[in-house]
Amino acid sequence: MVDITRRTLLTLAAGGAAASVGPFYLRRAQAADAIPIAGIHDASGGIDIYGRPMINCLQLAVEELNAAGGVLGKPLNLVNYDPQSNMQLYTQYATEAATKQKAAVVFGGILSASREAMRPTLRRFKTPYFYSLLYEGGVCDRNIFCMGSTPAQTLQKFTPFVMKRFNGKKIYTLAADYNYGQITAKWIKKFATESGGDVVATDFFPLDVNDFGPTIRKIQAAQPDIIMSVLVGANHNAFYRQWVAAGMKNKIPMASTTFGIGNEQLTTSPEEQNGIIVSYAYLDGIQTPENKAFLAKYTKRFDDKADPVTEGAAMTYHAVNLWAKAAELAGSVDRDKVIEALETGLSFIGPAGKTTIDPATHHDTLDVYIAEVRDRKFNVLESYLQQPPADTAAVCNLRAHPNENKQFVIDVKV
Amino acid sequence: MDYIVIIVLQLAVTVANLALIAAGLAIVFGMMRVINFAHGEFLMLGGYAAIVSHRAGVNLWIAMFVVAPLVVGAVGAVLERLVIRRLYGRMIDTMLATWGISLALIGLVTVVFGNTVSGISPPLGSLEVGRYAIGRYELLLAVVCAALYGGGWLLLRRTSFGLIARGTMQNRTMAAALGVDPGRVYAVTFAAGAAVTGLAGALIAPIAGVVPTIGAAYIAKAFITVISGGAAIIAGTLSSATLLGSINTAFAFAFSPVLGEVALLAAAVILLRLLPQGITGRFFRKSL
Repeated sequence: MVDITRRTLLTLAAGGAAASVGPFYLRRAQAADAIPIAGIHDASGGIDIYGRPMINCLQLAVEELNAAGGVLGKPLNLVNYDPQSNMQLYTQYATEAATKQKAAVVFGGILSASREAMRPTLRRFKTPYFYSLLYEGGVCDRNIFCMGSTPAQTLQKFTPFVMKRFNGKKIYTLAADYNYGQITAKWIKKFATESGGDVVATDFFPLDVNDFGPTIRKIQAAQPDIIMSVLVGANHNAFYRQWVAAGMKNKIPMASTTFGIGNEQLTTSPEEQNGIIVSYAYLDGIQTPENKAFLAKYTKRFDDKADPVTEGAAMTYHAVNLWAKAAELAGSVDRDKVIEALETGLSFIGPAGKTTIDPATHHDTLDVYIAEVRDRKFNVLESYLQQPPADTAAVCNLRAHPNENKQFVIDVKV
Repeated sequence: MDYIVIIVLQLAVTVANLALIAAGLAIVFGMMRVINFAHGEFLMLGGYAAIVSHRAGVNLWIAMFVVAPLVVGAVGAVLERLVIRRLYGRMIDTMLATWGISLALIGLVTVVFGNTVSGISPPLGSLEVGRYAIGRYELLLAVVCAALYGGGWLLLRRTSFGLIARGTMQNRTMAAALGVDPGRVYAVTFAAGAAVTGLAGALIAPIAGVVPTIGAAYIAKAFITVISGGAAIIAGTLSSATLLGSINTAFAFAFSPVLGEVALLAAAVILLRLLPQGITGRFFRKSL
């Protein structure tokens, strides 16, 4: 009802605004044969370390599609916006991409806050939106496709795997003190309990904390079998250093849900990182022909000093290809047609394995890998194919409720 | 028993950490009354100076104890000559100017070294206490901190330079009338404050790592420690670091690290309500 009223109002207003709209039509006419698409990732500022590899992969995917003849016979015209790690700029650039550039699709967003800043804007302007970073799950909106892994997809296999590998039941969790850390800590507790183990304590740390001394003493008192790190960002990086300095490295093994998302394997020393177990939907150590070919292309295009490919970056690559596939299938880049095509359960096989869109949640069924960090590389130990987004599916069904538009807070029952 | 020993050691480390990051500010702000908002960035520069020179082949200890203080002391001297010197006695203007310097330094270092964490593993291994262990390097920091404050006390109390510096800060005109060049004393004191800050930044770097923005994690704590300490810079900074560090450690052990941080800030607020002149406004009044 609200929508209709707003639309009616907009139609009325459109007449009055016709004169000012003129230049936009001209611009569109000039670029009529190229399809405009947008990327909105931080290339500078506090979280650019996450953004840079994603921008590279977006660039690479678009260049490959263009070299192969574009989409629907037209080249893609990619414009990259840099929100400089500033949430206000996300909203501003999302509006600019949707209204001025008339992008057919937007890829972008890093922190959940940036996604939630752009999502309502892009929904209002009917511009389909792909979000590629792993996150806490629960987004339910037909205009967005969340490509990254969610806690249920990784932790369900990861927690029992870690307990078995280290032959331990007592877990001590260290987590960043915001929604991702809080929610992930709950999932760890749930899956640990279900596997016959226990989380003996969970400590949360604000993002500006870099002194972990008292916590390390508390861990020594609690004597857990396993440390689970959900620490995020530059300050928390200090934990790995202090852990080694306290002589704990060879006493209690460590697993992490976050080590590597910001390429921590490059910012810590091998002494600090060797032996940490991680789990993602993509790791550059995946030994498939697709991934080896992909990494060769990536290195050739951006040279070997480029940021290593992270899960967010690989899923961006998958996202672009899935969108292109959907547009070809729909025969158009029109939003509703593309979304309907994606909802047929399209899949793409690429560096991260097979990614299949889940029509009910607009998340994806993906392959999950467990790896050990060793000398700045990820050695894959185990892979679990085609993990469904069970957490979001528990609260979100866009088939039954296509107009849903919110991020559910998933109630984790321990 | 082991637990008590390790808590006492942890306490010493936490207090030393606070006292170290506040030491340079105690000179620049406590003594000279210059509100240096770029203090956090001086710490950051010290960290980079140590890590970069160590990677270039300099011995780690020389990098930390010699290169870092020299580099940051030089930066301090240049900034004093170009900016701070023109603003003595103008507190608000100094605040704005040093804030600008802070932003510029963050930007500059980001351009040169990138916005990523750099670090070196702490040397020396760990000390075992029963089933507990603590980094030997962290304990070394406590020793260095004690030496630094002891040396500072000797310098200010027993040398003629210390006397002249204290006198100049107390009464600039009188010092000038007695044949001292106050401009020079100010410049040397500011550079010394910067050098001490550089040393502290270098010493902390192996534990915390460095990023261009790391100053933000320290600046508030440094100011709180110095202000809570009051007029006597050595006794004041040490006593407030001890008090605030103890409260932080106690709450971190009893509850959680988050509450430890909260308790530190809350304690500082209550302290300044009860003792607006800082600790040395009422206790240790005759001390330095």
